[in-house]
Amino acid sequence: MDWLTTVDHKKIGILYLIAGGFFFLVGGLEALLIRIQLWKPLNDFVSADTYNELITMHGTTMIFLAAMPMLFALMNAVVPLQIGARDVAFPFVNALGFWTFFFGAVLLNVSWFTSTGAPAAGWTAYAPLSGPAFSTGHGMDYYVLGLQIAGIGTLIGGINFLVTIINMRAPGMTFMRMPMFTWASFITSALILFAFPALAVGLAALMFDRVFDANFFDPNNGGNAVLWEHIFWIFGHPEVYILILPAFGVISEVISTFSRKRLFGYSSMVFATILIGFLGFMVWAHHMFTTGLGPVANALFSIATMLIAVPTGIKIFNWIFTMWGGSIKFTSANLYAVGFIPTFVMGGVTGVMLAAAPADFQYHDTYFVVAHFHYVIVGGLILGIFSGLHYWWPKMFGRILNETLGKWTFWMFYIGFHLTFFIQHFLGLLGMPRRIWTYLDGLGFNEMNLISTIGAIMMGIGTIMFILNVVITNAKPQNAADDPWEDGRTLEWTIPSPPPEYNFKQTPLVRGYDAYWKEKMDGHKGMTPAEPIGSIHMPSPSILPFTMSLGLFITGFGLMYSRDWTFITEHIGFYIAGLGLLITFGSMFLRSVYDDHGFHIEPEELEDKGVKA
Amino acid sequence: MSSHSHAEGQLPHEPEKATLEGRNKVLGFWLFLGGETVLFGTLFSAFLALRHQVLDGPQPNELFKLSLVAAATAILLTSSLTSVFAIQALHNHNVKALINWLIVTVVLGLGFLGLEIYEFYHYVHEGHGFTTSAFSSSFYTLVGFHGAHVAFGIVWISSIIGQLMKKGLTVVTAPKVYVAGMYWHFIDVVWVFIFTVVYLMGKVV
Repeated sequence: MDWLTTVDHKKIGILYLIAGGFFFLVGGLEALLIRIQLWKPLNDFVSADTYNELITMHGTTMIFLAAMPMLFALMNAVVPLQIGARDVAFPFVNALGFWTFFFGAVLLNVSWFTSTGAPAAGWTAYAPLSGPAFSTGHGMDYYVLGLQIAGIGTLIGGINFLVTIINMRAPGMTFMRMPMFTWASFITSALILFAFPALAVGLAALMFDRVFDANFFDPNNGGNAVLWEHIFWIFGHPEVYILILPAFGVISEVISTFSRKRLFGYSSMVFATILIGFLGFMVWAHHMFTTGLGPVANALFSIATMLIAVPTGIKIFNWIFTMWGGSIKFTSANLYAVGFIPTFVMGGVTGVMLAAAPADFQYHDTYFVVAHFHYVIVGGLILGIFSGLHYWWPKMFGRILNETLGKWTFWMFYIGFHLTFFIQHFLGLLGMPRRIWTYLDGLGFNEMNLISTIGAIMMGIGTIMFILNVVITNAKPQNAADDPWEDGRTLEWTIPSPPPEYNFKQTPLVRGYDAYWKEKMDGHKGMTPAEPIGSIHMPSPSILPFTMSLGLFITGFGLMYSRDWTFITEHIGFYIAGLGLLITFGSMFLRSVYDDHGFHIEPEELEDKGVKA
Repeated sequence: MSSHSHAEGQLPHEPEKATLEGRNKVLGFWLFLGGETVLFGTLFSAFLALRHQVLDGPQPNELFKLSLVAAATAILLTSSLTSVFAIQALHNHNVKALINWLIVTVVLGLGFLGLEIYEFYHYVHEGHGFTTSAFSSSFYTLVGFHGAHVAFGIVWISSIIGQLMKKGLTVVTAPKVYVAGMYWHFIDVVWVFIFTVVYLMGKVV
């Protein structure tokens, strides 16, 4: 019950981690089934229809239900601590964001257990394939409504982080003293704010097409299928940077900490992050070179895409220069961070190759593209998340993950990853198309696919080893020091592990970049407080975020079956949808009418640890 | 939160920004409106892409009655003015005037909504249903999203009027009023674009 009503950002972070981790396993299982199907020619392990469901749900799950929640887990766990805040700006909204994501995710995955099966039009849901004419059954309904509900959670989460970072920084924490992970979270949140509403409109229009016979994307009724591609990618391309920028932030923190050096070129890192965020919106049509937009559009989007390599290159070199001459400690977290750099460079290089429009006509819809984006997303984002989890685990849970097992996990996962995806570049160049459920013998694809499948199994074993590590670590007592890596540079390492619910007994005074490191170098034991010890105001827990999201879940469910269910009366689905909306709006009304004054923690209740005065 | 110390008759000049919570709310709402801009921008793009696909349905220049739309526009723009008066009353700490101006705003909003419902009803009888063509689907989606925003705003502001009557003007209620005022201006601005892009351009082509 405590977990259903919590509004504490640290607990919400843990909820995001558990739910995101669970869906990571689900998406990983789907990936393994895909790879088992492809390990030999003319395999019939799964049917073609099931294969389409698997690739659709693998992509959708990994992007929306695994990667983003795990990033939100890290952001929730760390960002308020890094800026010296007691909580996020809107704790209630934070909880609401988690629960809408959770119920949207559950709704999407309920589709597996229905008679018409999971969505099967690819994670990009290209119209008119995703429309009512080609995707009969309810699979795509689950896609549009599940993602719509989950998207609300992401959007309000993004707004919450923006306000938190703008308004709630500790005294002295100027923008140019903010840790890189916080900066990355800030830019990511801005991208979420401007990208997700476009997706919301696209999903709503597709939903209208499917449920209410609208004509947005159906060419037979004047609709325009390319419109879907524009709307999807004006969201979808920034989404890539929404995913990768926080990983960049993690890498900056980890490499700097374990090289025992200030991050090289901090201000250039900040501006590179902003520039990547900006350019991320300018390049969406590079997903559509073969759609027939014409040479002028293709050339412009081609050049804009290649420009992104410049700020990304700045970041890569800054990480390398940070390590240069540092006394590097290869902890598990740092192994992932160092392993990230060459992997991401490879993903970036193939990205530039794909950005050349004429070349893209050759690579388009082959395994080369699959290899490219898995290098970016798995080799970039997932390595970044693993790095961040190893790095901040002691802060989140008070226990250090087993280092030996962590290193074994890294090598198992890392070798498995390259085995899986490096070879797919060549499969693509040989002409193996993506999204096919099997292939003929004698095309030269056999051995490479087998190797790729073996690599995927190794990644699976690596993931299981990580879970094993979590279980083993969880059995240990909480004994992590405030600053378990002993080289912590930022504010989160100045408070106990795990932090008390109010985070900072006294708000710290920040006197420079790498605030804690600066105090250490000046010979101080901890931060100078910016305020006397006083009573701390806390928000009270609430069940309303849960009920609001539950209402949306019921609405989505009713809407989908509005035409099928007639067992009591016609259109009973609409009544169920109405009931769901009633629950949601009722909860909103209660929230708005009853003021939540929260409670106070008085000075005498504060534990005698934490920041020393 | 320092609402208790302020509640006793010494409300600051801008009570909506007196507390950190209030400042967070105002900033968060500005950002939310940024997202809403993208939402309506995407709806406008979809409409612009599809507005010539009328199929067998009526052409926009046969369909639209500018006099009706102009009346609706005048009503909605006036409601923006009355919501400004409400915010002025807020800054003068005049709860009575504040509530009255909010009521006027809500009534004008209801008038606008009534005209829009009549307009839609009329169009459906002219053979311009939601499923008639890509033009009609995108028209009802764009204008309907705006209408739903107006309806939501009416319910929202009404509930705030109720709270003001019960609790008076405090540093807790003030940000709510202020934010609702921002919202109301935003849907007015969106309407100006709808009037131009949907109705005036529809009449021209």
